Amino acid sequence: MTESSATSHVHDEHVAHHFDDAAQQFETGKLGIWTFLLTEVLFFSGLFVVYSTLRNNNPEVFAYAAQFLDTKLGFLNTCVLLLSSFTFALGVRNAMLGQTKALGINLVITFLCAAGFMGIKYQEYSHKYHEGLLWSGSEHSVFKANLDDVHPEIRAHSSVWGDAQKLTPEFRHEIGQFFAIYFCLTGLHGIHVLLGMILIAWLLMRNARGDFGPNNFNAVDFGALYWHLVDLIWIFLFPLLYLIA
Amino acid sequence: MSHSDPHSEGPALGHVLPLKMLVGVLVALLLLTGLTVWTGQMNFHGWDLKIAMVIAGIKATLVCAIFMHLKWDRPLNAIFFLISIVFVAVFLAFTVLDTYENEVNVEALIESKR
Repeated sequence: MTESSATSHVHDEHVAHHFDDAAQQFETGKLGIWTFLLTEVLFFSGLFVVYSTLRNNNPEVFAYAAQFLDTKLGFLNTCVLLLSSFTFALGVRNAMLGQTKALGINLVITFLCAAGFMGIKYQEYSHKYHEGLLWSGSEHSVFKANLDDVHPEIRAHSSVWGDAQKLTPEFRHEIGQFFAIYFCLTGLHGIHVLLGMILIAWLLMRNARGDFGPNNFNAVDFGALYWHLVDLIWIFLFPLLYLIA
Repeated sequence: MSHSDPHSEGPALGHVLPLKMLVGVLVALLLLTGLTVWTGQMNFHGWDLKIAMVIAGIKATLVCAIFMHLKWDRPLNAIFFLISIVFVAVFLAFTVLDTYENEVNVEALIESKR
């Protein structure tokens, strides 16, 4: 850097001192987030590989187990998450245009959608817990290889208990595997939704403090990229889990 | 700031997406979700999973290109993301191939333990 350019270098208050200008800061941050998203995709891919191996080996188990998943709730959750992605994208637009009030509103809607998603997920999980639709190793599972191991409470209350007794021990064990991968995939995704909610709350707090505007919206933009990835994962989870023919 | 253009409103950085485009993407995503539920109830004789994955792929492309504005970003970001997809494809393909390859051996092993 020549001396003249160094002296003419006026620092914007939003630009950290190790960056030349706001554009460099923005592009660097963006590449950083995309690198993080790359690791996220690989993080989830392990579970997708387990899923495809299990499904390839036992397609009939997946076809049978699919009846226990509620397509309507899965569909509703997909719509809620798509809507939240849309409102976050609107929020980024608001931040770029300096519409901080609209940004606040869109962030609140996104947060509420995320909470709604987790609420519906909670309904699904608690229903599965009460019916014993869990991995075979769980105390509350109805899909024990040995029927004597099934919890008395599940025998008394689960509507699946009658059917489970008619299945072979191997088949019960394999359905348990389906629920293991179901809970791993949706659980890991759910953790990401919860982290996203913390992120949105942090952005809301910063917005209330007046941090964001046309010259400083990087945090909103990068937060939205993370949230869209969470949506992206669910776009694949929905047909893979809820729409098994 | 070198990137600011006195003739255009809006921020010096980034790309502001038109409202209509964002609404259009949301509508397309919701319609495609409806479509995948509908095709999920049909029987396409072994093509069901492939059709569902193609629809999910179209939805994912829409989210990446528009919502995540990869379409207007520097290509390096998209390249990073595509690299992750390539690795996932390799990971999946080789595991599935190996599963098919060893299925006979695994079955024989299970049989021998009975």
